[in-house]
Amino acid sequence: MNNRLKVLRAERSWSQQDLADRLGVSRQSVNAIETGRYDPSLPLAFTIADLFGLPIEAIFSRD
Amino acid sequence: MSSNPSRAAMKRYVWRLMTVMAVYVTALIGGQLAMKAELLGPQAAIAIALVCGLCIVLTFVIMGRLMIETQDEFVRLLFVRQTLIASGFALSLAAVHGFLSDFDIIARIDAYWWPVLFFVGQFVGQVANRVQYGTWGALK
Repeated sequence: MNNRLKVLRAERSWSQQDLADRLGVSRQSVNAIETGRYDPSLPLAFTIADLFGLPIEAIFSRD
Repeated sequence: MSSNPSRAAMKRYVWRLMTVMAVYVTALIGGQLAMKAELLGPQAAIAIALVCGLCIVLTFVIMGRLMIETQDEFVRLLFVRQTLIASGFALSLAAVHGFLSDFDIIARIDAYWWPVLFFVGQFVGQVANRVQYGTWGALK
C-alpha cells in the first residue's frame, strides 16, 4: 500500500516525533508507515485521516 | 499529547522485570552459597529451587503483560514477532540437542538452559526485526 504521510507531514513542518505524539504512537511506527514497511490497522488509518482532516483514500492507496 | 501509553507499559515492564530478576538472583546466589556451606536442608532446597523456577515463569508472564498493555500496534507486532522467533530458536535447538543426546552423540544438559536460549533468541528476533522493519523494536 502507498501513502502520502511523509508529504502531508512535511506540509505541516512536523517531525516524525511530532506526528507520532499527535497519533499516540511511537516515532518508529510513523517511520515504518512512511517507508511502506508497515501498513497501519484500520483504526490507526482512521486516526491518521482524522488528524489531517482528509478521507482515508486521500492518504492511502493501493500499490 | 506527548504522553505515550506504550512507553508507560514499557516502564512497567522494566520495573516488573527488575523486581523479579532481583528475587531470582538473590535466591539463586543465596541458595548456591547455602548449599556449598551445607546449610541447606531438603525442604529449603526445594523452596529455593521453586522460587528460581517461578521467577522464570513470571518473566514469561511479564512479557505477556507487555504484549497486552502495549498500545502501539507496530511495536506490539515487533515484540510478538521477536518472541515467536525466540520460541522457534530455543525449541529447535532443544529438539536437535534432545535427539543428539538421545543417541549419545553429545552430553545431556540441565533443562533450565532452554529458557536461557529463549532469551538469547529474543536478541535474534530483534536482529530479524532490524533487518525486516529497520528497527530493533525497543521504545525510545
